[in-house]
Amino acid sequence: MYGKKVKLRFLFLTLILISIILSIFLILQSLKDNVIYFQSPSEIKSLIELDKKKVRIGGMVKKQSISITSNEVNFVITDFKNEINVIYSGAVPNLFAEEKGVVAEGFLKDRNYFLATKILAKHDENYMPPEVKEAIGDK
Amino acid sequence: MLASQIGYYSLILGLLFSFLLCVVSAKDFNKNKGVNQNILTLSFLQLMFVVVSFLSLILSFTNSDFSNETVFNNSHTTKPLFYKISGTWGNHEGSLLLWLLVLTLFIFIFLIKSREQPKKYRILTLLFQQIIIIGFFLFVLMTSNPFNYLFPIPQEGLGLNPILQDPALAIHPPILYLGYVGSSIIFSSSLAAVTQNYISKEWAQHIKKWVLVSWIFLTIGIMLGSIWAYYELGWGGFWFWDPVENVSLMPWLTLTALLHCILILERRVALTSWVVMLSITTFMLSMCGTFLVRSGILNSVHTFANDPARGIFILVFLFVLIFLSLGIFFLFHKENNKNLNNFFWLSKETSVLVNNWFMMYFLSVILIGTVYPIFLDVISTEKISVGPPFYQKLIAPFLVPFLLFMVFGPKLKWIKSKIENKKSLIIFSIISVILTFSILKNLTTDLLFYTVLISAAFLLFFSTLKELFVKKFNNISQVIAHLGFSMFILAILFNNILSSEIISNIKVGEKYSYNKSEIFFEKIKEKKESNYNSIVGYFKITDETGKIVQLKPEIRIYNQPRIITSEADIKTTFLEDKFLVMNLVKGDEYFNVRYQVKPFMLMIWISVLLLSLGGLIGLFKKKYEK
Repeated sequence: MYGKKVKLRFLFLTLILISIILSIFLILQSLKDNVIYFQSPSEIKSLIELDKKKVRIGGMVKKQSISITSNEVNFVITDFKNEINVIYSGAVPNLFAEEKGVVAEGFLKDRNYFLATKILAKHDENYMPPEVKEAIGDK
Repeated sequence: MLASQIGYYSLILGLLFSFLLCVVSAKDFNKNKGVNQNILTLSFLQLMFVVVSFLSLILSFTNSDFSNETVFNNSHTTKPLFYKISGTWGNHEGSLLLWLLVLTLFIFIFLIKSREQPKKYRILTLLFQQIIIIGFFLFVLMTSNPFNYLFPIPQEGLGLNPILQDPALAIHPPILYLGYVGSSIIFSSSLAAVTQNYISKEWAQHIKKWVLVSWIFLTIGIMLGSIWAYYELGWGGFWFWDPVENVSLMPWLTLTALLHCILILERRVALTSWVVMLSITTFMLSMCGTFLVRSGILNSVHTFANDPARGIFILVFLFVLIFLSLGIFFLFHKENNKNLNNFFWLSKETSVLVNNWFMMYFLSVILIGTVYPIFLDVISTEKISVGPPFYQKLIAPFLVPFLLFMVFGPKLKWIKSKIENKKSLIIFSIISVILTFSILKNLTTDLLFYTVLISAAFLLFFSTLKELFVKKFNNISQVIAHLGFSMFILAILFNNILSSEIISNIKVGEKYSYNKSEIFFEKIKEKKESNYNSIVGYFKITDETGKIVQLKPEIRIYNQPRIITSEADIKTTFLEDKFLVMNLVKGDEYFNVRYQVKPFMLMIWISVLLLSLGGLIGLFKKKYEK
């Protein structure tokens, strides 16, 4: 009925189309499971239900809040309206200091305690992560 | 001051020469003689103007001429000379000037190297390239002039961000840019070839060189950035799926796909439209990379403070180029598929198509993972990030079929083929599975998955190794590149499984013991250098076998700008790296210490070099055999 060429093309197109749809579906599906939401301390205070998933919290490290023991670094993240206590054991980036912007990644224990698994580094002292800037309202 | 002015005016002259070149070559286009000698001269002069401009910027840096704003922002008198020079392209303005330099250099080389090509095709390539060059000239002059004048002249500069003061990062941008900008030649030339209906074997042979050159530079450029991140950022990893890293990987994937497709085009004149699409995409992704990194849109740990006005310019420029190229493609392209009639499933063509399918799949994973957070931020207030598990989950399983296809694909012949040497393949598979299983037995929780994945990589390793010895240097570039790739996969997988890490806060004089190993923090010493003070920690590490290693990580306090950095100390041996980095948290009592044992790090770098060596051999070989 149709020439070999047309048939072949048709087969090709179907194959490509199917594989595109499948892979996009796969990608979006795992995107749903793997995104990490960013929240400010105030947003966490107003949460109705605590999320079991990994989240990021950003803000300023409160003045005089860092305390350190042999296996933990504890500090307070503030957005000048609300605060949250962070419990962290792990490596600390260079530019981590009091009264500087910080982003911590981890799990919420409750509305006041955050178990961090990672503290994110920055490269530039003038650079403030956009989320943090927003969270603390451009102070 | 004088240098800045010379630099600025030669930039303007360079721009004028772009217009001049357009006019002269448009006039020359319909004449029957060869390409006008004047065009070559003009192109050379344009290159010279950009070189002069670039040199004068370097001169301003080495002289610490703080009347120049770029120098003021990025340099300091106490900085070592080497970093004064590398600071030239370590900043936004200078790096764009470098882009421009490479753009003009490449089109000049193209004009010289393409003498045997049809005249109209050469002139059109030049014209398309000049459009890009004009865009970049305007971008530099309007939004990021490296020669802005400062008055009153400051006494001292602000200094270069210390983490950029590093040998690997000094050569990383130029090499990466050679790769990025090389793709601009592929872009212009494929558009020119489309308009001239010149997508043919001859074109493929000639453009293959450019594809290889860009691919090699891009590969090495990405590797250098990765090496830098490994020892300078102190996270003890070499790839973080960070947006800035991803945007450099995306053009690499399309370029790799293109590299394989060009071979089909060269042999069988098939897939012409796909080759053109890939050429366009590669350059667009390179531009996107610059755009995303420089606009500050990317929420990345690598992001440096920058200016949004630039982003808009690049975005507009990008859209102009996309519409232009797609317009040309749909207006002029004629599908040429004489050869499609003798198409068989089991052939080299199909295997290259399969390779391309995987490349496109990996590309879409990375593209979606990188762009989706930006997209969501624009349409809603939700702020998200996509972490490494996303990429690992989506890419790792697909590596298995990918590696298997790499085993079979290259063995197939053109047009129609059957699988040969079944026996040795079966033997190799059995060896691989047994080997993998016996290594992994007690090491990992996810035994089945890793066994399958690593066996596939071993299979590829053995079969390419055999190819290397049996075939006697036939097809050697491909074999070496594939061997490098299999070693790369093996190295990162074993690195991933076998790495171990200890993080603790330790005081000076304290010991930290775990299992049978011990970390002893002996003492600290202070050291003074011209542009920083440093605290050197002395660590003695005893591993399970009782071997003692001394590691001396540093904390550097740079005076200008005032930034603290940690310098990891790494003991590299062939089989593993011992990596130790320390950090001051608060006061001076506790040091935050991270100690890692990372197997096969050296192998990762070697395998990437092997990969590019394969490309290099392909570049110098006369013709592609079988």
